[in-house]
Amino acid sequence: MTQPEQQTSSQPRAIRKILIANRGAIARRIVRACNELGLESVVVHTSVDAHAPYIDEASEAHALRGLRPADSYLDQEQLLGIARTSGADAVHPGYGFLSENAGFAQKVIDAGLTFIGPDPVWLERMGDKVNARRIMAEQGMPVFDGSDFITDLATAHEVAQTIGFPLVVKPSGGGGGMGMQVVEQMDALESALTQAQAVAAAAFGSSDVYLERWIARPRHIEYQILADEHGNAMHLYERECSIQRRHQKLIEESPAPGIDASLLREQAERGAEICARLGYNNVGTLETLYSDGSSGFLEMNTRIQVEHGVTEEVTGVDLVQQQILLAAGGRLPEPAELSGHAIEVRLYAEDSQTLMPSTGVLRIFQPPQLFGVRVETGYQQGQEVSPYYDALLAKIIAKGRTREQAIGRAVVALQAFTIQGVQTNAALLLRVLRDTAFLRGDIDTGMVARILRSGQRIPAL
Amino acid sequence: MARQDVESEVTGNVWKVLKSVGDSVAEGEVIMILESMKMEIPVESPASGTLSQVLVEPEEQVEEDQVVAVIES
Repeated sequence: MTQPEQQTSSQPRAIRKILIANRGAIARRIVRACNELGLESVVVHTSVDAHAPYIDEASEAHALRGLRPADSYLDQEQLLGIARTSGADAVHPGYGFLSENAGFAQKVIDAGLTFIGPDPVWLERMGDKVNARRIMAEQGMPVFDGSDFITDLATAHEVAQTIGFPLVVKPSGGGGGMGMQVVEQMDALESALTQAQAVAAAAFGSSDVYLERWIARPRHIEYQILADEHGNAMHLYERECSIQRRHQKLIEESPAPGIDASLLREQAERGAEICARLGYNNVGTLETLYSDGSSGFLEMNTRIQVEHGVTEEVTGVDLVQQQILLAAGGRLPEPAELSGHAIEVRLYAEDSQTLMPSTGVLRIFQPPQLFGVRVETGYQQGQEVSPYYDALLAKIIAKGRTREQAIGRAVVALQAFTIQGVQTNAALLLRVLRDTAFLRGDIDTGMVARILRSGQRIPAL
Repeated sequence: MARQDVESEVTGNVWKVLKSVGDSVAEGEVIMILESMKMEIPVESPASGTLSQVLVEPEEQVEEDQVVAVIES
């Protein structure tokens, strides 16, 4: 029996040459995907990034004017100009920078190019946290108690009475925990609200904030979603990302230890169903908090994540290649089985004890080459680590048949990674990997803060 | 009156100056926030006293150990 030809609004688009509007490890990762797919790649770089390894690995490299992100990797006109002159037919935004900027995505499309990411409407809808919560809750994704936008103290008081204490005041436009204020009791609400609004206005250009129930010792669990433009979506299981410092992830792993797999599967499947129903496309991540058997949606990231490699290792699906294929109008890959365990540790140029960022020239930079270990880095020896961009030096992704094996490989890889010229957080990463509670899988988002607050010295490598 | 220099712990840019000359500050109170490698780095007062000088402006680049303000205690 023949099925009628499926009607879709999108026709396959040829992608031959991709402008990579990013830097560092993700720029290099995208260059690699382009080379594997036989596509041309165009990288951009500022003067301090001129010696990055991917400059030579890409088909073409263009220098950017300016150093600060606003004058370089965030300068939309400059990037679109290079896309035009280089003859690129698609733009990959990576993560951070312009990856979730709906205006930029639309400009890329208006210039006749393919934006490698979801339709700009999704960047817009999910970029606003309150809106994203509302959409997902309406679709049946569980959420913890929270509020709509709060603009005045009276409303805040009212909502706080319903939600109860402790609660957290969060900027709606932001990310990375910036501007978040935990409030223990009513009389502290006013100052927290004022502070959160001030940071939100300064950092995100909008003073919109909202209130949410504060979950003590939660775990951060996120679900990887893939969606095509033909109405299909699937999940690639979960990532456990509770090990964080300053609300930013430090260690991620998959599968999540110590949580009932059927609950995780149910959440992942529900997330994929919702994305299919909504008509979401390309890749996305549903971030949730997990506590005592219940789960609440936090936000959706409409881009590839820093920690995508963890999922690639346990499913065998190449997420960056998939992004490109899906953006070209392709269909979902075959469902993938979970196999083994993968853990990523983020090596940052920052002090293990104080977390202060550290800049300098990488006099020695020798990543390990070991069985079961993958290193993603945008740096090489002799290169400068500048204060202009984030402190990520390298991601070490270790895979094993079991969690214990993966952790053991991550430990050995950290010890074998030789870096001189900047301080790194390797000692802190090792401290966590050797923590007895961590090894038991007894983890939560406050773990690193507790280790640092305890006053004990982080042992040297 | 003792004069005490307030130094930056990192290389970065001044994001926000929260206190003004003449303000009284407590030990540990945040005088300004620097930005380095996408992180907010608060600069705390090393002592209680009066802020007598602010030597940097928002957007300005600062080096590690640079004196960014002065406290009279």
